[in-house]
Amino acid sequence: MKYIKFLIVGILFGIILSKSEVVSWYRIYEMFKFQSFHMYGVIGSAVGIGIILMQLFKRGIIKDFQGNPIKVKDKKKGFIRTFVGGSIFGLGWALVGACPGPIFVLIGHGAISILIVLLAATLGAFIYGLLSKKLPS
Amino acid sequence: MEIITQPWPWYVAGPAIAFVLFLLFYFGRSFGVSTNLETFCTIGGAGKISDHFKTDWKARTWSLVFVVGIVIGGFISSNYLMNSQAIDLNPQTVQDLAELGFASAGSEYLPAEIFSTDNLLSLKGIGILVVAGLFIGFGTRYASGCTSGHAITGLSSLQLPSLVATIGFFAGGLIMTWFLFPLIF
Repeated sequence: MKYIKFLIVGILFGIILSKSEVVSWYRIYEMFKFQSFHMYGVIGSAVGIGIILMQLFKRGIIKDFQGNPIKVKDKKKGFIRTFVGGSIFGLGWALVGACPGPIFVLIGHGAISILIVLLAATLGAFIYGLLSKKLPS
Repeated sequence: MEIITQPWPWYVAGPAIAFVLFLLFYFGRSFGVSTNLETFCTIGGAGKISDHFKTDWKARTWSLVFVVGIVIGGFISSNYLMNSQAIDLNPQTVQDLAELGFASAGSEYLPAEIFSTDNLLSLKGIGILVVAGLFIGFGTRYASGCTSGHAITGLSSLQLPSLVATIGFFAGGLIMTWFLFPLIF
């Protein structure tokens, strides 16, 4: 039962991504062609409000539900891992028009083909795990 | 009800995503989806093959429940909250896609040219899905995050690695869209 809140937040997130069409392949294509403001507006306004939230977390003005300070983990540093890894992901994102969150939304839409993408993405994560110590960071 | 069944504009969706970010941090967690791909590997027994996957996946149960919620949310939206599956695209986008061989772009939520089940029977069709999936899984884990973890959480917390990753996301996406699509389609 302690996990039910995450189920509800997930449902909310799934509905938002679906209703705003950001999980549509067409919207991703349109974004990369710079032919619509929609995706930039979605990401930009989420980040804009996110910046304010993060500052409120950092300054202790907003605490978590148990009253503890909210800490935001530092991301792994390394130019190659973030730029090269990011670019590889970008190729896949544009090709199939979905990043990991939207993959799950589209499963809910009943798009059978996206299951292949999810399986391959899991395999991709597995390959990364096998090579992680050998790859430059 | 009319307001809900219409497509939601960016100024509703963006703040709503920020609210999801808020809720996850408020509940003592973080916002990110791609780590679940590694959790799937761990559950599938990948820890026997590589130490990288020897993690306590039970500590990530909340995130697995979160993605189950995302699937349910997609189902609810698609079945009950949409009057139309059409996407109101820029006419230029429709024309560009027609030149690539995508018929009637935007008349459905997803292009049949990529997602129709018939495509699963052709080498090229399934190849596109597999290659894209491999890139998504490998790339997000190498970069340690996807759109939610880097572009939204990381940029919001003003982290340099996330800015580099987001620039990478766009570099890859632009190369695919502008240079590789005309070769693939």
